[in-house]
Parts: sequence; C-alpha cells; structure tokens
Amino acid sequence: MSLRSRHLIGLEGVAREEIKLILDTAETFREIIERPIKKVPTLRGLTVLNLFYEPSTRTRISFELAEKRLSADSISFATATSSVKKGESLRDTVQNIEAMKIDMVVVRHSSAGVPYYLTQCLDSNIINGGDGTHEHPTQALLDMFTIRRKYGKLDGLRVILVGDVKHSRVTRSNIWGLKTMGASVAVCGPSTLLPYEVEKFGVDVYTNIEEALDGADVVNIMRIQLERQQAGMFPSQREYTNLWGLTRERLRLLNKNYTVMHPGPMNRGVEITNEVADGDASVILEQVTNGVAVRMAVLYLLSGKKEEETQ
Amino acid sequence: MKAPEYDLVIRNGRVIDPALGFEQEAVIFVAGGRIAGIVKESKSTKKLLDNYPEDKILDAAGMIVTPGLIDIHVHLREPGREYAETIASGCRAAAAGGFTSVCCMPNTFPVIDNQETVQFVHARAEKADARVYVIGAITKSLKGEELAEIGDLVKAGVVAISDDGNFVQNPELMRRGLEYAKMFHIPIVTHAEDKYLCGEGVMNESFESTRLGMKGRPAVGEVIAILRDIKLCEFVGGRLHVAHVSTAGGVEAIRQAKKAGIHVTAEAAPHHFTLTDDMIGVAFDTNLKVNPPVRTQKDVEAIIEGLIDGTIDCIASDHAPHAEEEKDVEFDKAPSGMLGLQTTLGLVKTQLIDKGYLSWADAVSKLAYNPARIMNLPGGTLNEGAPADITVFDPEKKWTFRDKDIKSISRNSPYLGWKFSGKVAFTIAGGRIVYRGE
Repeated sequence: MSLRSRHLIGLEGVAREEIKLILDTAETFREIIERPIKKVPTLRGLTVLNLFYEPSTRTRISFELAEKRLSADSISFATATSSVKKGESLRDTVQNIEAMKIDMVVVRHSSAGVPYYLTQCLDSNIINGGDGTHEHPTQALLDMFTIRRKYGKLDGLRVILVGDVKHSRVTRSNIWGLKTMGASVAVCGPSTLLPYEVEKFGVDVYTNIEEALDGADVVNIMRIQLERQQAGMFPSQREYTNLWGLTRERLRLLNKNYTVMHPGPMNRGVEITNEVADGDASVILEQVTNGVAVRMAVLYLLSGKKEEETQ
Repeated sequence: MKAPEYDLVIRNGRVIDPALGFEQEAVIFVAGGRIAGIVKESKSTKKLLDNYPEDKILDAAGMIVTPGLIDIHVHLREPGREYAETIASGCRAAAAGGFTSVCCMPNTFPVIDNQETVQFVHARAEKADARVYVIGAITKSLKGEELAEIGDLVKAGVVAISDDGNFVQNPELMRRGLEYAKMFHIPIVTHAEDKYLCGEGVMNESFESTRLGMKGRPAVGEVIAILRDIKLCEFVGGRLHVAHVSTAGGVEAIRQAKKAGIHVTAEAAPHHFTLTDDMIGVAFDTNLKVNPPVRTQKDVEAIIEGLIDGTIDCIASDHAPHAEEEKDVEFDKAPSGMLGLQTTLGLVKTQLIDKGYLSWADAVSKLAYNPARIMNLPGGTLNEGAPADITVFDPEKKWTFRDKDIKSISRNSPYLGWKFSGKVAFTIAGGRIVYRGE
C-alpha cells in the first residue's frame, strides 16, 4: 500500500485506505517524538523547502520540526526577505530554488490552486501547507489523527465545524477527510460566513449553535478572523460571541466524552471561552503535538515518489 | 481580350445573407472594393465566367459564402500593451477567424478617451487585415468619475462608447452617459457587473467557488447591473447595448426589456455558451479566468435560449489577449480574459449549429448583420454596393486549434487542442483576400 499521488494537494479525492495509511504511519512517528532522542535517519540526504508566502507559526514550525526529526535538510523561505519583493514571479522563484537541488516543497500561499500550479512548475514533491481558502490537508489529517486516537475510530462520529466556514481551508479539508472516513459532519456559523451552497459538500448546515451541538461528539472551531468583522460579515465581536461562542453551557449539549478542538490561533473570549479552551475536553495542544507526527508521516510517504502510480 | 470587368468573382458557393433573405448557390461579383452584383448562376454567367481569367475567380464549391463577419467586442491592446497584441496582429487573428471588421474597446494605455488616441488607432489600422472601428470611453480614464469628451470622440469617428472592463457604478453618471450618447445616436455598451457584489471575485460564485475556496462573482451582480441600466435606458432613452451577457437572469432581464419596447441590444461571448465554472478546478487554468466569469450549465442553456429567441442579438468574442507571463501566475493574480477571434466561428458551428440550436442563417445574422446594425456599420450584407467584405468557409472541415495557428501575439486560449468543425477558407476585406485557410 502506498499513496497514489506523489503530491499532497488536498484531501478531496484521497481514498479511505490512503488516509488510513497516513494516520497509521503517523502513529509510529507519534511514538518516536516522545523518545528522549527524537530523530530518525529516514529522510537523510533529502532537502525540503518550506515556501511560506503567508505568515504562519504553527504549521511552519511543525513542518520544520517534522523535517528535522526525519533528518532532512530543510530550508525556509519567507516572502518578506526574498526577491518576491522585487517582483520575481512565483514560477521563477521556485524554479530558481529547485535549480539548487531540492526534493520536496511545502507551500503555504494566499491564492487557491498554488500547490497544483507548483506541480506543473517543478519536479519536487509538493505538499500543500494551506492554499487560500481551498485546502489545508495536513491540518485535517492531524485533526482526524487526534480524534481517532481518542475514540479509536472516525466512523460514525458526529463532528461539528463551527465558525468562519467560508474563509476556512481547514473546514474544507476536514469535510473531505472526515466524510471519507465515515464520520458525519455539520457546519455552523453566521449565514454570512457560510459559503454559497455549502450543503453540496454533503454536510448538515446550522446557523444555531445549540441545534448544531446537540448530540455531537466533536466540536472543531474555525477561527474568526477579526478583519472579517471590519468587512461587515457580522455586526460585532460581542454579537458573535453571544450567538456562536463556545461556552461551558453550550458544551452540555454534546455527547458524553465530547472533544473540543481548535486549529489555532485562538481568539480567546471571541469564539471560545478560556474555560473551554483549557478544559478537560480540550485537545488543542494535543493537536499541535500530533501535527508533527502527521507531517512526518506525509513527508515520509511522499519522499522519493517520482511518478504518479496508478492503481 | 478586354480587361476584366470585375476584380474578383466568387462562384459555386452557397451564399447566405439573411439581410437579403438569400440562401442559395450564387455568383458574387466584386469591383472597386464593393459588391457589384449577386446573381444565380445562369447560362449567361456561365458563358462570361468560363472564359474569365482564372486568377480573378474564386471557386467556392462546397463552401458557404457570407457577408464578412463583424466582431463588435475585441481588445487590440495598442496603444500601450503591444507585447500582448497589436492592431496588426489582432487584425490578422480577425482575418483568420473570418472577421472583416472589429470594434476595439478603449481600455488601452492611454485610454481611448480623446481624439488623438482614436486617430492613432485609425492610422495604425489603415494597413491592417480587418477594418477597425473604435469604441471610445464613457468616462475619463475609465475611472467612472466624469464623462469623457464624447462629442470630440464622435467627431473623431468612434462608433459607440463603453467603459468595458468596468461597470459605471454611479447610476447618475451612467444616466448622463446615456443621455449624452443619445444626442449622437451611438450606443452605450455596458459591462454589467456591480463592483460591490463582484469586487475581488475571480470566478463565478457557485458550489465550485465554494469547493475551490475562491472569491466569487455572483450572477446576481450581473443581473442587478443589467436591470439598472435597462431602467435608466427606459427613463432617459438612448441605446443600451449589453456586452457579454453571461447569466440566465441577465438574459431574462433583457428579454423582458425588449418586450417592453426598451431600446436594448445584447451580445454573448462564445465562452459563455461553451464553458462552465466546473472546468476551473481541473487544473486552475488561468485562461479560463474571464470577466464576467464562465458560469453554470443552466446559464449556458439560458444564453443559448436567448440566442435562439433573439433576446441576444449577436455573438462577439471579447477577444482579450494577455501575455504568457501575465497569465502564468497564481489564479488570483492572473488578469481576466481570453483570446477569441480565431475560435468564435468554430465554436458557433460546433456548439450551436451542429447541436441544432441555430441555422447557418441565424448564425450569420448574429455574426454579421446584427453587429453591423447595432454599431451602425457598413457591411453585414452582400447587397449590391456594400463593401466587398466576404467570408468563405468550409462548413464541415475538421480542424484542431494549435499553438502554431495563433495569429495573436498572446497565446491565452483555453481552446488549444480542441477539435472544431467549420473552418475559414478565405476572408476578403474590401475585395482583397486577406486570409487563405491552410
């Protein structure tokens, strides 16, 4: 069993067995990163480029750590200090870097479709670290990994994604992955932050958070970007918190043994209260730890794959 | 033997001229750059032509012969972006696509909002392979703030005014534009997309934009803009022409306006009856990025219905060249627009005629006669005395659109590799053969 593609562009269209393979592989790495010596020689001699066209703390450090723990050489690229400021095109930028011989590229970009575009520009394996509001597959994989570790399964669980669904790549990747793995998925948020025809993803759609949470196992909060309020997508933070904020009272509607997740960065006091974020059911920091293991798995499974293997 | 009377005689072709109600095999005589006659082949024509100099005769056996096609919506990029297209290269593409006349939009650098730029375009077009008619700006620098010197533009020869690429967002300004253009009996061409609703959108708003996480340009943004301009036109009079209608709602708005007797005409671009938004996610092809965007199958069907019932008067390519390096970027960053002149006729044949939606006569109305009427241009018919602008094409010839076929400087066509039937054999402008099909 191996992955069909030599790139990870998104979770749309990725088969159940492939997701299972990534999650199973991540279990091995999860054990390794608990060891006193966290490094394995798996990717020794390979070079990974972290191409971050958008600010990122978690994802970038997570990938860098994953690369280092696999003994890959990693280099990171930040647009603020690069020739992008001089007007160099994306194609020229990446082809120049690849000319220095790299093997894999992790890319974060504000424009949807860039990871696919890079597969057309480069020979390297491409891993999507988040493209616009399209997909963020490794985030969804680590979310699923975290859920599976707690419940031992994904099948049959009810997962609610609450918040800014419209502008969230995490939501889209979670929907594809969770549905493929047999979970039941719902989205909830102000109708101005639900994208057009979102129900066509095959999810239940709520604007009332109480209705959404009722009988669910997992609630995963999609961060509210504060500039959305300035753009008039909702009237005020206060109103958002009143109507959609995750409070302790609202948690009572969830099933026993429920889980609270957030991909970060959190706006405490807006979309989630402190007591919920730091509560017993919160796995927010566990998500971050698992992120490294999942990214190690993805890097490992894609490394050295040269051509599309059709099955 | 005395000198031949005619410069060119086209015989044996099936002549289709909806303006004359003519659709039969006929002989067309050309002299002095004009149509000197169009008659059925007879004993006397046979006698005359059997001894005629061979180089004056064009044998169009098996071909369709129509008035030279007219594209009232192209971007020739000169002056200002000659790296993407020039008047000469754009007109070569026009000739290769069967078009003998084009109307070019004013969004050049400098903008065509002054006499000098109109004169510049006219001068550059003198030796080109197609006639170029100029559409001037409605507002200075296309900024939507104050009217351009429209009287001056008309004096320089513009056939219409438009801020194409931009919607004149301020309704009071659009009202004045309509009123002002009315004095000069020229149409005002609206690019109907509300800026607030469509803003930074890069594709149609639908489940596809949701799936891809791309900012959408909702159909309602076009519908509202069309309705507003129709209402302004109803109020102040004048002639409104709606460019590139792309939505079912837009077609319906125009249909109702026409029923109410409002003087509105409309065009459809080939991509809006051919392409759909679900094609974008396949490979994020920036050549599919265009404003207004390609929509849904339901919209495609409505556009075709509008073409069938006459709601949409004509087909115009919205030929919009962009250099390879401008399009070879992130989807969000890519400029909007695609080439069109060389694929329009093939798409009309393949998407509309072959599927039984339009007859050849309907197609010629939408590609020649109606465009001429809307823009008040000579041509569009093969009537005696009309300019000898003639398109001859092989209706069933199969061909594939290849990069080497492109006459434009830019290559931004989403149709490369597409198979078409119906290919231009000869394009004749002013009695001169400007293109011979390979």
